[in-house]
Amino acid sequence: MTLDIRKPIGWLFLIFGVLIGGYGQAHALLSAGINVDLVWGVVLAVFGAAMLLLARRGR
Amino acid sequence: MIKLALIDWALLLTYFAFVLGIGWWLRRYVRTSDDFFISGRAIPAWVAGLAFMSANLGAQEVIGMAASGAKYGMATSHFYWVGAIPAMIFLAVFMMPFYYGSRARSVPEYLRMRFDEKTRGFNAISFAVMTVMSSGISMYAMGLLLNLLLGWDFNLSMWLCAVIVLVYILLGGLTSAIYNEVLQFFLIVFGFLPLVLLGLHDIGGWEGLRAGLARVATDQGYAAGAWSDSWRYMGSTSANPLGVEWFGLVMGLGFVLSFGYWCTDFLIVQRAMAAESMLAARRTPLIAAVPKMLFPFLVIVPGMIAIALTHAHAGGFSLPVKADGSTNFDLVIPVMLGHYFPNGMLGLGLTALIASFMSGMAGNVTAFNTVWTNDIYRPYIRPDATDGHYLWMGRWATVVGVLLSLAAAYLASAFNNIMDVLQLVFAFINAPLFATFLLGMFWRRANGNGAFTGLVVGTLVASLHHGLTLPLHASAGVKGGWLSLVHVYPSEMAQNFWTAIFAWSACFLTTIVVSLAFAAPDRATLRGLVYSETPRAHEKEGPWWSRTATLGLAALAAVAVLNVIFW
Repeated sequence: MTLDIRKPIGWLFLIFGVLIGGYGQAHALLSAGINVDLVWGVVLAVFGAAMLLLARRGR
Repeated sequence: MIKLALIDWALLLTYFAFVLGIGWWLRRYVRTSDDFFISGRAIPAWVAGLAFMSANLGAQEVIGMAASGAKYGMATSHFYWVGAIPAMIFLAVFMMPFYYGSRARSVPEYLRMRFDEKTRGFNAISFAVMTVMSSGISMYAMGLLLNLLLGWDFNLSMWLCAVIVLVYILLGGLTSAIYNEVLQFFLIVFGFLPLVLLGLHDIGGWEGLRAGLARVATDQGYAAGAWSDSWRYMGSTSANPLGVEWFGLVMGLGFVLSFGYWCTDFLIVQRAMAAESMLAARRTPLIAAVPKMLFPFLVIVPGMIAIALTHAHAGGFSLPVKADGSTNFDLVIPVMLGHYFPNGMLGLGLTALIASFMSGMAGNVTAFNTVWTNDIYRPYIRPDATDGHYLWMGRWATVVGVLLSLAAAYLASAFNNIMDVLQLVFAFINAPLFATFLLGMFWRRANGNGAFTGLVVGTLVASLHHGLTLPLHASAGVKGGWLSLVHVYPSEMAQNFWTAIFAWSACFLTTIVVSLAFAAPDRATLRGLVYSETPRAHEKEGPWWSRTATLGLAALAAVAVLNVIFW
């Protein structure tokens, strides 16, 4: 395969997760009573890491 | 207007860097025209499947479906569970063996192999025009939206996105478009999912949403469940906000329009044709069917939440109003993003929105450059040139395609309802098309003269029907009735569905009659192109449950269950 697309997806989501999660940790902006930046940042980072892990195992 | 923080800009720029980076990485793998146009037929099934799903996710999908969710409620799910999934399964099980097995590089090329040059020419030219138009409509919607939402300059945001898409396709061809579509698919899911979750949390879950929608429905004179049930009120056109009844819905949307689009539209079929093997090509639409089945929750539910909140005057949320006093449904998603997402998530939501525009645009551009080079330039303008020349032409066609789309975008600003215009174009061009493919693939007696006449007559009947009918409360013109008035439909959607039904039937009958009047095609030339002339390729590898037909049935069962749950 010319490019394992899981790698760029993994990195992008990991970076997004860290940026958004970090921003949520620092600012704690609430939406419907939830610090959505922090919560979703963690979700994105976990998804990104899982993609990178899959790419590593698939190789 | 929404104010972005530094974090949102950082996310957006990171995304731009990644899509361009993928194109840059893939540039060295484009050596021949086959690499550029059909990814050297080397795409794994899951990548092709998600790209198949994503290429269809343009402006009409995200913006239009959320708008329909607010306007029509849960009945909008028919566009997925009736109007997409069955056709996708049919494509995988019955049609893909001929598309992929024929080794055609495009849908028009299949038509030339099966029928003749004029049928291909008609399809190639109409497809090229339609692709450029819908890409332009998509760009226009995006420019307008970013301008309203963020105050960005209309021209600048449109040109910027167009140039980014142009660059990554020029670099990596179809492979670049497909890989980026997979990335965009995940961004769209992860960008809009929290919106749905927060919205539902805010409104009191599904039950809270139902209660809110009951008030929306009863205040407009419908039964309480008209916005939250999909089938219950389809018995008569006046009982549901769509203004259609079940027969028109199932035949018009579920059969003619849906099969015409999902089984013959090169923009999406191209993704499956680029798959690495026959098995992967057949799995492509099935893999796409799984997320497609769940997309109503991602794009329709936000619209339903938005209308319920607006109606209840709760939580300081309301949909904006246009200059003429009507609700601006096209702004559902952007307004919801601004309402529920703080900075940070806002950058993600915006990236998801732009990703959806880009994936749709890239789908159109890659389909256009292939059809132009392979099916118009090569046969009619410059046959017998070197492969390098066609690769060069493909790159230029990409540039010209993007420029034409931009021109179409400025043209599209004359129309106001994206969805209706698109449906109209679909009905005229795509509706007869499926009759041609159905007869072409499953009736060996059909010949080129029959197919061509059928397509022309089908398209003419579509225009004629549109010219003779009008939706209720509409005046003659772009809505129909421009010849004279014979029949009035209860809604524009009903009119569109019936235009499609008439066009399909006319094409079907004409193709049969004219085919019988001319000689039957030589059987030897139909091998691999027609059902009865092609040896059955049994899928030997893998257990019974992994076969295409089994997976197709499973997907069909799943979608039936969804219909029953939300009946």
